[in-house]
Amino acid sequence: MLSAYIIHLLILIGIYLILCLSLQLALGYTGLLNLGHIAFYAIGAYTSALLTLSGVPFIVSFLMAGIVSALFGYLLAFSTNKLKGDYLALATLGFTFVIYAIALNWTDLTNGALGLAGIPKPDLGILQIKSNAFYLFFVSITAVFSYLIINKIVKSPFGKVLEAIRDDELAVRILGKNTFKIKNYSLAVSAFFAGIAGSLYAHYITFIDPSSFGFMQIIPILSIVIIGGIASLRGTVLATFVLVLLPEPLRFIGFPSSVVGPVRQIIYALMLLLILMYRPKGFYGKVSLE
Amino acid sequence: MIKIEKLQSGYNKTKIIKGLDMVAVAGEITAIIGPNGAGKSTLLKSVFNLCDIYSGKIFYKEENIKKLPTHDLINFGISYVPQGRQVFTNMTVKENLEMGAFVFKDKELINKNIEDIYRKFPILKQKQNQDAATLSGGQQQLLAIARSLIQNPQLLLLDEPSLGLSPKAMKEVFKKIQEINKEGVSVIIVEQNAKKAVEIADRTYILENGKIALSGGKEILKNPKIKNIYFGGI
Repeated sequence: MLSAYIIHLLILIGIYLILCLSLQLALGYTGLLNLGHIAFYAIGAYTSALLTLSGVPFIVSFLMAGIVSALFGYLLAFSTNKLKGDYLALATLGFTFVIYAIALNWTDLTNGALGLAGIPKPDLGILQIKSNAFYLFFVSITAVFSYLIINKIVKSPFGKVLEAIRDDELAVRILGKNTFKIKNYSLAVSAFFAGIAGSLYAHYITFIDPSSFGFMQIIPILSIVIIGGIASLRGTVLATFVLVLLPEPLRFIGFPSSVVGPVRQIIYALMLLLILMYRPKGFYGKVSLE
Repeated sequence: MIKIEKLQSGYNKTKIIKGLDMVAVAGEITAIIGPNGAGKSTLLKSVFNLCDIYSGKIFYKEENIKKLPTHDLINFGISYVPQGRQVFTNMTVKENLEMGAFVFKDKELINKNIEDIYRKFPILKQKQNQDAATLSGGQQQLLAIARSLIQNPQLLLLDEPSLGLSPKAMKEVFKKIQEINKEGVSVIIVEQNAKKAVEIADRTYILENGKIALSGGKEILKNPKIKNIYFGGI
């Protein structure tokens, strides 16, 4: 039997994996420097939590988490369509702050800083997911499906166009493709999976508040995508395992919890620096960060 | 085929083309030459809606195509090869050609067009599985031209196709342009290598400060004023 601690780690890896694979689609494959990914994660978590708390069946809430996030993704892409690089990064980062502010201040809806408690564990109709081992199974299935779908997208002709947009958007436009529309779709699909990950998180922890979705949360996600390698799904899988598990030994060294957090950030920063210096394409990346 | 009337265009508030009139006739090669900063590339970008157009009209087969979205112009039979080649260096030669073919939905048609391209550009067939990054400058330029030809254009806009090429590669590229034209594709070529461009063109426009300063056929090379001002070294 797996210990509760291992199961907990594997669930986190599963949720992070979906989140990072979806960011890889927008950032690695389409070249959209989206720093607002955590906002989609938050939208998914809140949508799913609010719906299930008001009596909507879990499976509907779960799908709605993805759909609502995808809508926001499409709208964000639509409104930032002409922005690139640093400007897009700033605009999407701003979006994270907006969603955070809404979660914090629209207390009638989100209960503000007090958060939403008592989010029910998933009920799939014929079976209820009460134990964490079963939840791990559900997260794993979702992660595998997410991987397969995103893999199918990036291997398709549409995926090739995404990569072409990343490499040279003008060249794609002059070949007759509406790159604005394609980028909208890419961000919407990316946001869909981030929303799904948000729903999984909310129903696992059973409590969410705005602090779970601050802009600093983008650092581990972005680190995983970069260290795994731009435009590499298997790199993302490997990096998710490495970066989620790497800081875990800190728990057993006996550092106070106030130290563990910053040390974790230092580890991510060190990993990023080492990757930039010695392996600019990440684990399996196709495109160099240089 | 293409008629431009009183065109004014540029970038943001900087006007580069300042009231330009010109005509490119179907089946011909039209060369646009002139000094740096004259607005040659901006003129092509104006046709392809890649810069700001302030006023004027651009007719293609009697239809005003001014400000049509870039991605729609392909459906009108216009293709554009920008300056600097812009091939997808992370993709193979074949993938680059497939990118050019994605305006078609029919896979058989795509494969047929790619085979046609391989017949016209045997070097690309030889290197079809190589990354475009590994091609020489001349081969990359041929790939960029081939990629636009796969869309079966009636009008091909070429922006500085000889830029950065060796004399041998340049010769090869110009030979291909003539062959493409002989197959019925009209060409508008913007070139720094004025002599070479005039030699292959049926009609030449000399652009100066955003306006047409002079136009004519191959005899334009003999004009002493032009020789001194624009072709000083030739």
